Amino acid sequence: MTKGGQALSGEKSATAYWSANVRLILWNLVIWALVSFGFGIVLRPMLSGIAIGGTDLGFWFAQQGSIFVFLVQIFVYALMMNKLDAEYGVEE
Amino acid sequence: MDQYTLNLLVVGASFALYIGIAIWARAGSTSEFYAAGRGVHPVMNGMATGADWMSAASFISMAGLISAVGYDNSTYLMGWTGGYVLLAMLLAPYLRKFGKYTVPEFIGDRFYSNTARMVAVICLIVASVTYVIGQMTGVGVAFARFLEVDKATGLYIGATIVFMYAVLGGMKGITYTQVAQYCVLILAYSIPAIFISLQLTGVFLPQIGLFSEHTASAQPLLVKLDQIVTDLGFASYTGHHQSTLNMVLFTMSLMIGTAGLPHVIVRFFTVPKVADARFSAGWALVFIALLYTTAPAVGAMARLNLLNTISDNGAQADGITYEARPDWMKNWEVTGLLKFEDKNGDGRIQYYNDKSEAFKATAEANGWAGSELTVNNDIMVLANPEIANLPGWVVALVAAGGLAAALSTAAGLLLAISSAISHDVIKGSLNPGISEKGELLAARISMGVAIVVATYLGLNPPGFAAQTVALAFGIAAASLFPVLMMGIFSKRINNAGAVAGMLSGLIFTLVYIFVYKGWFFIPETNQLPDNAANWVFGISPLSIGTVGALVNFGAAYLVSSMTKEPPVEIQTLVESVRVPRGANKAVAH
Repeated sequence: MTKGGQALSGEKSATAYWSANVRLILWNLVIWALVSFGFGIVLRPMLSGIAIGGTDLGFWFAQQGSIFVFLVQIFVYALMMNKLDAEYGVEE
Repeated sequence: MDQYTLNLLVVGASFALYIGIAIWARAGSTSEFYAAGRGVHPVMNGMATGADWMSAASFISMAGLISAVGYDNSTYLMGWTGGYVLLAMLLAPYLRKFGKYTVPEFIGDRFYSNTARMVAVICLIVASVTYVIGQMTGVGVAFARFLEVDKATGLYIGATIVFMYAVLGGMKGITYTQVAQYCVLILAYSIPAIFISLQLTGVFLPQIGLFSEHTASAQPLLVKLDQIVTDLGFASYTGHHQSTLNMVLFTMSLMIGTAGLPHVIVRFFTVPKVADARFSAGWALVFIALLYTTAPAVGAMARLNLLNTISDNGAQADGITYEARPDWMKNWEVTGLLKFEDKNGDGRIQYYNDKSEAFKATAEANGWAGSELTVNNDIMVLANPEIANLPGWVVALVAAGGLAAALSTAAGLLLAISSAISHDVIKGSLNPGISEKGELLAARISMGVAIVVATYLGLNPPGFAAQTVALAFGIAAASLFPVLMMGIFSKRINNAGAVAGMLSGLIFTLVYIFVYKGWFFIPETNQLPDNAANWVFGISPLSIGTVGALVNFGAAYLVSSMTKEPPVEIQTLVESVRVPRGANKAVAH
């Protein structure tokens, strides 16, 4: 087993890297849930006033919009993590 | 050239390509057999993951499921894509960093328990076997429909092809065939969709066509569709008619089930670096989204096309005469996927919702004696090229696409099953001293046996085979996903906690499913009828995986907090999987 922690200057830096990652993940999960379970399902009645192509915004989020948001989320997360890895000196 | 010869040519050419790849991508080591030497480019892996993930169900059935129900079945779209967000952020990069070959291996090492590893092997095998049977029957059906051979012969041909590239090439062979299979299936799906969108709306992209104006009626397509279906007594297409709670829980079960399915997770073991695993999940979703954003358009447009064809004089008037039905209906009647029964003997086709009480009066006034057309949902995709009058080679491409979708998923599942046998059971437990060469041979033999067993089960599908969504996703969601996530995000969850979590999540989920679907899916052995009135809090057995996952998290936390914390080396292991640096090196191809 290779030790990944060796490059870090200390215990503190490893903890800081991990909590920065966890914060980023939590924000992403909030958006992830908001567009699918939120806009797509539970909050759909609230968005029913916004018309789009013969139906309402909630329908669009449920059938298409949420997938586009998921896509953007993964790439943005991957890019931000590359930056974070470099910042903490843990990139490969 | 007739259609049959065309089908044979296109399918034959695609098979020749897969075999060519099999010969080129032979595996020389266990690393190549299990993880393609970890040298797969993240975009390539994304494409392979797309084919690995999108099964016969995604390719053939999903648009039909959406078509039949409309908005309420958006759960499949969100559920089967949202899981990739979870994979990219919660599992894939860390499991890639861990750098071993199988999902049970991580569970065994992280929870320093062979029991945990074996429980994981059992969960993996039950989920994957259920899943693979559906693919094998899909191969048989596709052959029977397009190449006019019987189902068994079709299944043998399909199994032989998989045997060649999976046994020879392992993960390496499977990866590159999946890339080719993705290209075939996405072309086969998009081309008819684009033409149908052009015909109905004049818009090239089906994704935009769905929300555009229906040229013939000068109304938005979805407004027109809502109007036609409600005129015939069906529930509106864009409306929300089922329980909201169930919709949320079902979507969640599909999401965490997707993230917890071993055959998907292991695809991310094949990329060179941790950062690649994150991007690769994004690429996988790009390739999946190409099909998944087309599917709702195909569903809506096919439904509109079908209803327009039958009641060309408007919904309330009489349908077309049976004699005047279009050729594609004649073709599909032969397969039994489309059935007509002239209940009122007027020689015309009446298709409406005969289960609607509110519509009964209208139907009686019209002299209708029940809906006369039975339409299998799968037609929405399979008959699309014929409905749109597309040339024969497009029909042939759809045949090759359906086969590619089923074969690529079957191969991925078979690899997950056989590596669990050769790596987790044989090397991990029965014969730890086995040499590299011995293990590679064991892996090949396990793969061969898995294919034979899957073929047998495809020919004689057991009762549980039809329950892929409940069983495979339920197990992955309730047993595997939570322990994998806790293994990375918590240092406190220990061996006893993981085993307790997996078993309680698994047993809870299975019992709930069995109570409604029958014990071990044997008909008539269910305690309660499988309908919303009898479900606890209205939660369907298909959605119970979400609750099972919560049970798993809860039990693991409780048991861990009452028992000893994991040893120091395990805590160091968790720290090491959390940072990218130090993952083992790639092997160039």
